[in-house]
Amino acid sequence: MNDLLVAYLYVIAIVLFVLSLRWMSEVKTSQRGNWAGVVGMIFAVGGTLLAYQIQRIDLLVGAVIVGTIVGMLIALKLPMTAVPQRTAMSHAFGSLAVALVGASEYYNRAIGIDTFSISVLSAEMILGFLTFTGSCIAFAKLQGLIPGKPLIYPGRIYVSLSSLGIAIALAVYFILNPADSFILPVMAAFALLFGFLLVMAIGGADMPTVISILNAYAGISAAGLGFVLDNKVLIVAGSLDGSSGFILAMIMSQAMNRSFLNVLFGGVGAKILTESSSAAQQGRSVQSYTPEDVATVLENARSVVFVPGYGMAVSQAQHVVKELADLLESKSIDVKYAIHPVAGRMPGHMNVLLAEAQVPYEQLWEMDRINPLFPETDVAIVVGANDVTNPAARTKADSPLYGMPILDVDKARTVVFIKRSMNPGFSGMDNELFYLPHTMMVFGDAKKVMADLVAAIKSKFG
Amino acid sequence: MSGDAAQADLAVNLLIFLISTFLGIELIRHVSRLLHTPLMALTNAISSVSIVAALIVLAEPKNDFILILVTIALALSATNIVSGFMITGRILRMFAPNGGRKKSAKGEEQNGKGSAKA
Repeated sequence: MNDLLVAYLYVIAIVLFVLSLRWMSEVKTSQRGNWAGVVGMIFAVGGTLLAYQIQRIDLLVGAVIVGTIVGMLIALKLPMTAVPQRTAMSHAFGSLAVALVGASEYYNRAIGIDTFSISVLSAEMILGFLTFTGSCIAFAKLQGLIPGKPLIYPGRIYVSLSSLGIAIALAVYFILNPADSFILPVMAAFALLFGFLLVMAIGGADMPTVISILNAYAGISAAGLGFVLDNKVLIVAGSLDGSSGFILAMIMSQAMNRSFLNVLFGGVGAKILTESSSAAQQGRSVQSYTPEDVATVLENARSVVFVPGYGMAVSQAQHVVKELADLLESKSIDVKYAIHPVAGRMPGHMNVLLAEAQVPYEQLWEMDRINPLFPETDVAIVVGANDVTNPAARTKADSPLYGMPILDVDKARTVVFIKRSMNPGFSGMDNELFYLPHTMMVFGDAKKVMADLVAAIKSKFG
Repeated sequence: MSGDAAQADLAVNLLIFLISTFLGIELIRHVSRLLHTPLMALTNAISSVSIVAALIVLAEPKNDFILILVTIALALSATNIVSGFMITGRILRMFAPNGGRKKSAKGEEQNGKGSAKA
C-alpha cells in the first residue's frame, strides 16, 4: 500500500518536472514552470521520506538546514554578473553529491554487489568526480581566482587522456573485483585529476560550451545513480538535465562553428596570440575618439544597436547602457540589442544582465534576426564584445575564428567600439573592425565610457 | 531483487531513461534563447532530486563513514535545490515586469520559434 502510494507520488513529481521544462520555454509561462519544479521536488522528497524509515533525523535536519541557509545566502546575495560562477558551483555541488552517494552505496553493498550495479556506479562516480573538479576550475576561472587563459603545454591531450584512461582501466578492474574496495579512492583520484586537467586547458570564452557540457555530465551521473537505486524520479530528472546540458552545448558550439572535441581539446587562444599581436603593429592605425565625438554622431542617428559582450558583465555596465538607451529613445531614436549566442560566459548570459537592467526583452534581437538589419543601422555600439564581431570570421580562411557566425556589426554606417585597451580578444585575433574607416574606437572601462556618453549627450541635446 | 525481476527492471529503467532523454531534447530545443540561463538554474535544481538518493542511503547506512558521505551529499543537494529554484525565480521576475502581456509581435515570434503549440 505504502509502496504504491510512493510510486504515485513519484509519478506526480515526474509529470511536474516535465511540465516545468515545458513551461520554461516561454517567458509568459516560465514562472509557473519554476513553481512546477518546486512542487515536483516536494512530492519526490515527500514520497521518499514516506517510503524509507530514516533513523538519523538529526543529521537529515542538520544537513537540510545548512543547505537551506547556504542556498538562500547564495540566491539572495548573488550579483547577476556572477550567475555563470554560481552555475559552475552548482554543477560542482550536484556532481559531488551524486559521486558521494554513489560511493556510499558501494560501501553499503560492497560484498555481493552485482556486476550491473558496480558497473553503473563506477561510470557514475568517474563522471561525477571529473565534473566536480572540472566545475571547480570553471568556477575559479569565472570568479577570477585563477587566470582564464587556457593552460597549454606540449602533449597535454595525452596527459589528460591518460588520466582518464587510468580511471577507466581501474573501473574495469573494479567491476571484475568488486570486493577490492581500495580501488575506489584511486579511481576517484584519477577522475578528479582528469576533470582538473580538462578544464584548466580551456579558455574563458569557451565557458558557455564547457558549462553546458558539465551540466550534461552532472545530469547523466544523477541518472546513473537512479539506475543503481532503481529510482525512477532520479532517472527522469537526471536524463532531463543531461539532455538539457547536451542541447545547450550543441547550440553553443554551433554558434562558434566548432565541435565539442575542438572546444574540449582545441585550446584556442594562447597559441595564436603570439603571431597575431604582430598584425596589430603592421602600421595600420585605429582612430581613437572621445565620448563627446560619439555623442555628436548619435545626435544625428535614427537607429542604434547595442552589441553587448563579456566586457559589459565585467564592468557591470548594463545599467548605464540602459540609461543611454532610454536617453536615445527619448530622442525618438530606435534602440535594439544584438545578442550573439556565445556572448558572455554562459548560455543566455547577456539576456539576464539586460533583463536585470530592465531592458524590455522585445528589444533583444538574436543574431539571425538582427544581421539583415545592420546595413540600415546608423550606429552600432559594441560594449565589451570582440570576437563575435570580427569580420575575419567571414573572410579570412586562416583565422581561428573562420566560419564562426558573427554579428555583422561592420555593415552598420558607424561602428562605436568601446574597449579597455588594444589587447586582442580571447581568440588572440586582431579585430579587423578596429581599422575600418567608419569605426570609432573609444578606449576605457565600459561603464565609465557609457556614463561619459550619457553626460555628453545630456549636455549636447540640452 | 534478482534474476529475471532485476532484468525486467533494468529494461524498464532503460526505457524510461531513453524516453526522457528524447523528451528532454525536444523540450529544451523549444526553450527561448532568452531563457537559457534560468533554464540551466532550473534543470540544476531539478536534477538535485538526487537528494532522494542520499535519503535512501541514509535510511540504512552500515557505518559512520557512509553516514558522513551521505550527510555531505544531503547538504550539497539541499543547497542546490534551494539556490537553484530561488535564483531561477529571481531571474524570471526580472524578465516579467516589462514583458508580460504587451509583448510585440516580433518578440512573440522569437519566443515561439518552433514551439509547436498545437
